[in-house]
Amino acid sequence: MNAKKSDKLATGIIYGLVGIVVTILISLLGYILYNGVPDINWHFLTSEAQSFSAGGGVRDQLFNSLYLLILALIISFPIALGAGIYLSEYAKDNWITDIIRTSIEVLSSLPSVVVGLFGYLLLVIQLNLGFSILAGAIALTFFNLPLLTRNIEESLSSVPDLQREAGTSLGLSGWKTITKIILPMALPGILTGLILCSGRIFGEAAALIYTAGQSAPSVDYGNWNPFTETSFLNPMRPAETLAVHIWKVNTESVTPDAGVISSASSAVLIIVILIFNLGARYLGNKLFKKMTAAK
Amino acid sequence: MKTYDFNQQYISKIDKEIAISTDNVQVHYGKSHAIFDASLDFPRFQITSLIGASGSGKSTYLRCLNRMNDKIAQVDGKILYRNTDINSKKINVYEVRRHIGMVFQRPNPFAKSIKDNILFALRNNGINDKNELQKRLETSLKDAALWDEVKDDLDKSALALSGGQQQRLCIARSIAMHPDILLLDEPASALDPISTSKIEETLELLSKSYTIIIVTHNMQQASRISDYTAFFHMGHIIEYNETKNIFTAPEIKATEDYISGDFG
Repeated sequence: MNAKKSDKLATGIIYGLVGIVVTILISLLGYILYNGVPDINWHFLTSEAQSFSAGGGVRDQLFNSLYLLILALIISFPIALGAGIYLSEYAKDNWITDIIRTSIEVLSSLPSVVVGLFGYLLLVIQLNLGFSILAGAIALTFFNLPLLTRNIEESLSSVPDLQREAGTSLGLSGWKTITKIILPMALPGILTGLILCSGRIFGEAAALIYTAGQSAPSVDYGNWNPFTETSFLNPMRPAETLAVHIWKVNTESVTPDAGVISSASSAVLIIVILIFNLGARYLGNKLFKKMTAAK
Repeated sequence: MKTYDFNQQYISKIDKEIAISTDNVQVHYGKSHAIFDASLDFPRFQITSLIGASGSGKSTYLRCLNRMNDKIAQVDGKILYRNTDINSKKINVYEVRRHIGMVFQRPNPFAKSIKDNILFALRNNGINDKNELQKRLETSLKDAALWDEVKDDLDKSALALSGGQQQRLCIARSIAMHPDILLLDEPASALDPISTSKIEETLELLSKSYTIIIVTHNMQQASRISDYTAFFHMGHIIEYNETKNIFTAPEIKATEDYISGDFG
């Protein structure tokens, strides 16, 4: 076979493979949206879930998902950032670093059910947090930390060493070089990782069933004091998220419209993740342009 | 490969004011010995070039002079700058690097605007006076022969400049710190001939007020711009003399072979 033919063949195969991926994605997304979107309406988004009668909404579940996501990121991002900076900039190439990297890899392949049960034993039972948003957020941190750390490390490492040398040669300290030169350059990569993690967190159910719980008590959206029982910001209350709700509706719901609720909730989940993705990407580009003065 | 006797050395004495000198500098990368007993005096306000084959240790040696090898290699011996051994552990390395600037082989501007590339390090070293910053921005870009090309685009990204312009920006960034000595590690090797000649012109102008030490692979470049030349071979300094002597009447056989291309 000559070079031209084999090149054509390889190109064809690659197009074919990418076609498979795109087809699967589009049909999956299309199916979820096609089934769910017609049932999404203002009432569905703004009313409480019903246990027995039809016509329930997902207001609390949607809010819980967002709140849990934000809490989990607030806890896990600083830790992952620190660990990522350590691994990329400070860690020496020795067996200790190898052990850290291996542990992170092992942790990242832990099934989320295991994370959930571990969280249940440690946070809910031992630390007496009960089924709560806080327990859920910490469990999600366990779940999220390895990937986020790896992502931040890789984003930082992909900044050329020349940039570090430039900083050093101008008499800047290592820390200044990292925070003011390397980090801004790594920002788009870090942001992409953060978005991916957010999507994972938002869609996570197994790790939350045993930590954040499966019930959504009514909360008062006018009460901004997180230390009171009824406040929507109270991190100590149980909180069923959208993903858990979908699972629950599908397994043990007795409402007559369970199918509708399930498909509409799934569509809402996907749409929120989509909005998240696009929004964060836009923000990241803007931020990067502002920091680097790139036009 | 021909073998040469490393004991055959010719290091000429410098009868000018000395900007920086090294005394028996040794460099080890782990177990491998990269630089042997390097002792050189660099005259002030002159251009000295370091030449030699790849792997001869010239870049390694250059990087010792502002402690850029700190995390990479073990450097022993004395490096004397203003009567102080700057290779000592007690020295504030950040201060050293403010006095001894460096420009690298590949242009490495920050992903910031042209203006911020120059001003970033200045601000971080506590210079906040607007007039002073503006003055340094303008003079450093003028000294690096870049001002006319970029004066209307100071807020544009430095990454949008051509390779040659980026490299001159890096030179400007270094001299904006007002260093005494400028180290350049093959600054033109990644550039086209026109950019290269611009860089060379820039360096000749700068040598009126800076001591310049430049590593180069290009022997024409060394003979064109430098006043002194040191020839490195396998971690040893074989010959050090005024450039015109090195290129017309080398004292050592190895130097002669290298310059005439009859080497290795």
